[in-house]
Amino acid sequence: MAHKTLTPLLEEAQKIAGPHQGQFRDSIVTGIYRTAEQIAGDVVSHTSTKRQDLDRQIDNIITSPVWGFPVMFGVLAVVFWVTIAGANVPSGILATGLFWIEARLTDLFMALNTPGWLHGFLVLGVYRSLAWVISVMLPPMAIFFPLFTLLEDLGYLPRVAFNLDHFFHKAGAHGKQALTMSMGFGCNAAGIIACRIIESPRERLIATLTNNFVPCNGRFPTLIALVSIFIAGSVSLSLSSAVATLAVAGLVVFGIAVTLSISWLLSKTILRGEPSSFTLELPPYRKPLVGQVLVRSVLDRTIFVLSRAIVIAAPAGGLIWILANTTVGDASVLSILAGWLDPLARFMGLDGFILLAFILGLPANEIVLPILIMSYVCGGAMTELASLTDLRHLLVDQHGWTWLTALCTMVFSLCHWPCGTTLFTIQREQHNWRWTLLAAMIPTTVGVIICMLINNLVRAIGLV
Amino acid sequence: MGLTYQSTGQLTTREMFDAKSDNCDYIIALAGNPNTGKSTVFNALTGLRQHTGNWPGKTVQRAEGNYIYKSHRYRLIDLPGTYSLLSNSADEEVARDFICFARPDATIVVLDATCLERNLNLALQVMEITNKVVVCVNLIDEARRKKIQVDAAKLSERLGVPVVSTAARSNEGLPRLIELVSDVASKRVCPKPQPVSYSKDLEEAIARLEPRVRDVIGKDINPRWLTLRLLDGDTRLLQAIENHLNAGRTAPVVHGRRRDYSNGA
Repeated sequence: MAHKTLTPLLEEAQKIAGPHQGQFRDSIVTGIYRTAEQIAGDVVSHTSTKRQDLDRQIDNIITSPVWGFPVMFGVLAVVFWVTIAGANVPSGILATGLFWIEARLTDLFMALNTPGWLHGFLVLGVYRSLAWVISVMLPPMAIFFPLFTLLEDLGYLPRVAFNLDHFFHKAGAHGKQALTMSMGFGCNAAGIIACRIIESPRERLIATLTNNFVPCNGRFPTLIALVSIFIAGSVSLSLSSAVATLAVAGLVVFGIAVTLSISWLLSKTILRGEPSSFTLELPPYRKPLVGQVLVRSVLDRTIFVLSRAIVIAAPAGGLIWILANTTVGDASVLSILAGWLDPLARFMGLDGFILLAFILGLPANEIVLPILIMSYVCGGAMTELASLTDLRHLLVDQHGWTWLTALCTMVFSLCHWPCGTTLFTIQREQHNWRWTLLAAMIPTTVGVIICMLINNLVRAIGLV
Repeated sequence: MGLTYQSTGQLTTREMFDAKSDNCDYIIALAGNPNTGKSTVFNALTGLRQHTGNWPGKTVQRAEGNYIYKSHRYRLIDLPGTYSLLSNSADEEVARDFICFARPDATIVVLDATCLERNLNLALQVMEITNKVVVCVNLIDEARRKKIQVDAAKLSERLGVPVVSTAARSNEGLPRLIELVSDVASKRVCPKPQPVSYSKDLEEAIARLEPRVRDVIGKDINPRWLTLRLLDGDTRLLQAIENHLNAGRTAPVVHGRRRDYSNGA
C-alpha cells in the first residue's frame, strides 16, 4: 500500500506562501481573534458591570504588593484559630468516650479469661492507637478540611499562587510551583502529580524535590494537635489558642520560606537554568456551595485521611506493643532502639522515641504522633489516658518535654523524608531512583541541620 | 513498507487514545478553556461512572466516563483545558490530536458565559477541525448575576452549530445539551460551521492550495484546516498527520466498531 506523505504539499505551500510565510501565522491568529470579537460583540449584552468591578476591587486588595501578604497570613491565621479553638472540646469528649470503651473492653477480656498478651496486643496495642488517632486527629480534620475547601471554592487559592509567583520566579523556579505547593498542603503525593503542569523538566524537578516542605493533610493535624496539647495550659487559657494559631501559621510561612530557599539553591547548583514564563488566570470569585463543600471535604478528605491513618495505625499499634513488651536482657526492644537513636536525637532537640516515631511513621505521616504516644505509654507505668491534659502530663512531666522539644518536633515534622506514598509517586513520575533518593535526602538534611541549630542556639543562650 | 502502525511505534487511530469503542455507541469529546466549569459538566453528565488515568505517552491527566441516553451508550472523554489549539504544549497537542485523529462522534466545547469572547477562540479552532460540534455556554447563572446576557440562538446562527446555555452546577440546560449531542452524534443534525474568514492574502493562498490538499488527502481530515496548517508550516503537527494517514491504512481497527473513513467527517 502506498505510503502517504505531505512533503509535496508542504513544498507547494511554501511556494504559494513565498515571502508571506511569516505573516501567515499572525494572520491566522488575528483572523480567529477578530471573528471571536465580532461574534461576542453581537451576542453578548451587558446591563451592568458592578459585580465585575467589585471582583476587581477585591483583587486589587488581596493581590496587592502591600496587602497581599498580610491578608494571606490573616486568612491562614483565622482558619487555624477556628480549627484549634474548635477542636479542643470534641477531642476531649472523644478521648473520654473511647477510653471508657477501652476500660470496658479490658473488663470483657478479664471476664473471658483471655491470656494477658492477647489483651495487651489487641486492647493496649491496636485499640489504643486507634483511639488516639481518632481522638487527636478527627476533630481538627473535621474543622480544617471544610474551611480549606471553602477557600478553594471561593477562588482564593489562585490568588495565593499569584502572590507567590514573583518569589518563585526570583528563586529560579516556575511560577506554577506556587500551585503545586498549594496542592501539597492537601497531600504531597497529589502535589507531586500536579507538578506535571510544569512543562520544563528542570523546573518540574525543583517543584518535585521541594514539595515536601509544606505540611500535608497528614501532618497538619499532627502540628495542630501538638501545638494545642502543648500550648494549652502553658499559657493562660484565653491566650492559648491565639498563641497556638500564631505558631501553626508561623510554621507554614517557615515551610514556604524553606521551599523558596531550597528551590533557589537547586536552581543555582544542580538544576541550573532560566525560569520560563506562563499565564495565570484569576477565576472570578464564586459563591461556594456550602452543602457540597461539607460533603466533599468530609467524604473525600476527612474520611480518606482518617481511614488511611486507621488502616496503618492499627497494625503499627500492635507492632509497637510487641516491640515495647519483647525484652532483650532487661530492656524492651523499643527502648533499645530508641536508646540507639537517643544521642543523635538529643543533639537535634528531640529524644530517641520521637526520632523512632518518625522512622516508624514512614508509611504515613498521620501515625507519627500516635506511634510516639504509644511508645511512651507502653514503656511507662501509665495505663490509661483519659484526656488531653493527661497527654500533656505524659509528655511534659514524664518525658521531660519543653517548648523546645515541641518546636524541634514540629520543625522536623515539616522537614524530613516524605511519606512512603509520596516517595513512591516521585519514583513513578521521575523514573529515576536518584531523584527519589534526593527527594528524601534534601528535606531530611535540612530538618536535621535546622533542628540542631535551633536546639544548640537556644541552649547556648540559656532560654531552656 | 513506510511508516506503519508498528514501525513508528505511534498508534494514531482511536486506539492510540485508548478510546475503546467496544461497549459504547458514541464517543464524545469535551473541550473548553480552564475554569469554565468543564469538570462540572463532565461530572454532571457521567456521575460516578468515570475513571481517570493518563493520556498514552503523555503526563497529562485524562478522565473518561459513560452515560446512557435513549438506550444508547455515550463515552465522554474530558480533554485537557486549553485556551487554544495552535501551540505545541502537551495539553493542546493532546486535545487537538484527539479531535483530529480519534474523530469523536461529537465534540462539546464548554464556554464561560462571563468571558465569551476569549472562550470563542477555542470554539472557532475546534470548528475548523470538525463540524460535529455542540457549543455549551456554561456558567450562565454567574453571567446572570453579573448582568451579562448571551443570545444563544443568535450565537448558534453565527457559528453554524447547535448552542445551549447551561448552569452545570445546578443542572440547568444539561438535558438539552444531552439531546443536542445525541442529534449531532447520530447525524440527525449535521452542523455547518461558518468558516473563519482570514486576510485577503491568506484566503488567496488557501484557495490555491486547498484543491490540491483535497486531491491528496481526500476528506479524511478537514482540507481547509490542513491547508492552514501547511501554510503555517507547523511541521510537528504535519508529522503527526502523516503518521495518522498511514496508520489509518495499515492498522486494523481492533475494538469492534469499524470506522468508515470513506464517508468523510
